Amino acid sequence: MTAALHLDGLRKSFGKTEIIRGVDLSIERGERHAIIGPNGAGKSTLFNLITGRFPQSDGAVRLHGNDLAGKAPYEINRMGLSRSFQITNIFPKMSVFENVRCSLLWSLGYKYSFWHMVGKSRELTEGAEAILEQINLTNRRDLPAGVLSYAEQRALEIGITIAGGANVIMLDEPTAGMSHSETDYIVDLIRKVTEDKTLVMVEHDMGVVFGLADRISVLVYGEIIATGTPETVRADPKVQEAYLGEALEAEH
Amino acid sequence: MTDQTASANMRAGSMTLSLMPWIVAALVLVLLPQIFTANSAITIMNQMAITIIFALAYNMLLGQGGMLSFGHAVYMGVGGFACVHIMNMDDFFASIPLVVLPIFGGLFGMGLATIVGSFSTRKAGTVFAMISLGVGELIAACSVIIVAFFGGEEGISGDRTYAMPTFGVEFLQQIEVYYLIAFWLLISAALMYLFSRTPVGRMANAVRDNPERAEFLGYSARWVRFYSFVASGFFAGIAGGLFAINYEILTEENLNATSSGTILLVTFLGGVGFFFGPILGAIAFTLLQTVLSLETELWAFYAGALFVATVMYFPGGLAGLIMMHVPAIRLGKGSRLILPYIRTLVPAAICILGAAALIEMIFHYRHAFAGDEEMTLFWITFNSHDVLPWIVAVGLTLAGFFTARATAPALLEAWGDANTPDRMQV
Repeated sequence: MTAALHLDGLRKSFGKTEIIRGVDLSIERGERHAIIGPNGAGKSTLFNLITGRFPQSDGAVRLHGNDLAGKAPYEINRMGLSRSFQITNIFPKMSVFENVRCSLLWSLGYKYSFWHMVGKSRELTEGAEAILEQINLTNRRDLPAGVLSYAEQRALEIGITIAGGANVIMLDEPTAGMSHSETDYIVDLIRKVTEDKTLVMVEHDMGVVFGLADRISVLVYGEIIATGTPETVRADPKVQEAYLGEALEAEH
Repeated sequence: MTDQTASANMRAGSMTLSLMPWIVAALVLVLLPQIFTANSAITIMNQMAITIIFALAYNMLLGQGGMLSFGHAVYMGVGGFACVHIMNMDDFFASIPLVVLPIFGGLFGMGLATIVGSFSTRKAGTVFAMISLGVGELIAACSVIIVAFFGGEEGISGDRTYAMPTFGVEFLQQIEVYYLIAFWLLISAALMYLFSRTPVGRMANAVRDNPERAEFLGYSARWVRFYSFVASGFFAGIAGGLFAINYEILTEENLNATSSGTILLVTFLGGVGFFFGPILGAIAFTLLQTVLSLETELWAFYAGALFVATVMYFPGGLAGLIMMHVPAIRLGKGSRLILPYIRTLVPAAICILGAAALIEMIFHYRHAFAGDEEMTLFWITFNSHDVLPWIVAVGLTLAGFFTARATAPALLEAWGDANTPDRMQV
């Protein structure tokens, strides 16, 4: 079986500075994979390389075996990969409902249609309402997305990310800047909506990572120093030394 | 389950609600010439309707798609020029009813928009604005170069009455042209509204708000912009075709940057945030242009001042000003604003009229022929070289200004009160 996502010798330099220094990683279908690492390790850059936001300097990214080189973000999205952003990235002036509905349009085959009325489509309305139900924002349906609370906007962001039915979901720090109760809410949400899907996430909160991930990769200075189940990664002396020891101590 | 039926009912309700404005608009369009029967009034209404279509088309870019175009007059202009050429093709023109002529204008506008849009819509923002400006100037300059199509400096003219009569109507009279334009106004406005409800129309809003997010939802921001641009070019071309029918002449003026600037002004004045904004803008601006220009030579100065005031204080335009009051009215407290409004806005109006009087008097004092010292302002005739009128004008301006300023805090307080639900007060 081909891996859902396969990185092969991936490199990225900005000028002379090499940020990603040869990353090899294979993520199986249905796996929940977390990428952790200290600040500045290149986690977000890695995300941006995978999703086509930046072109890589060398190496390859394969989604279900297909090479993504030179593909624009919208093409990668159509191939079944969807992502959220570290900084909330929604359509602030549009209503919550419309935010979700827009994210359904392509996957339901509407493309650039100018002969369908979105208001008349049952599958769009019901689909969007089902997503709203799932992310617990039904009672915010008609508010402009920009006025939601931070946690609600993050939930909406996840809703938009999963709505299109992509089978590889990438979440960039979904719980950043959240209180404990908000984090619990988002973690439950992530677990619920990524059922039977491949999840790749960058996360700082170790509680979230160890609670959610099947496997963990530790990225330090643009290189993956360890990959494995939470237990093996936790026990790995290299990880202890580089990063996790401090993080775990800070956690407790 | 009950939830779903409830929301379905709500949607069905909003469907009939959303049909109402169109029925009202159609009735108004039919009845207007019965109320304003003068030929000059019909001329103004024709111009207004054409401007409305053009402004709505322009807002497909500016308001819906977030694209600021400085050269949109060329799409209307080229549509219009094409229609005049068709008017001059005797045999062909005699075989089509005049009513369908605007479609040809639309197709030519759309054709040009397809060519220009293929490269100009790659980026929004400054890049798009600069390309639109450059292409606009380029085509405007072509009017004196490609004389065969644009007719050089004197333009080209035609005669609408050579078309095949539609149900015996030959469009000799203004009123007949009015109904033709009104028909197209209603159709175009409805189609543009419907366009905004389609997937590509919705994504135009999404791309305007956040092009990057739209890309990660499977949509190419560039192609979404392109389709909006082409559609906008089509309706601008329709407006051009109606212009050709109404005036029977097109010149370089229909292509140049002044016309492009005017439509930006009209659209912004009306408000880009709401579909009906450009309609209000076109009505207000045409009235300024026609009625006010009969009263004063300085009408463009006032229009400019109004535009600056809109940009600075009411970026939502006229439509935004109206919609601002919806929350207060929903709370049932709209009536509490009436008295404070009168207390502030009447003195403010006096201040503005006083200032306008001063401007007119200065203009008359400086520019009237020597010996012509008599001027008429607000139905009062006086000598602009006397001291008394100046004292009165300055006095009214200052009195209005200070009264408005004194009552403004009360208005602000009333505004806050009207927009707060009652239960919030202890």
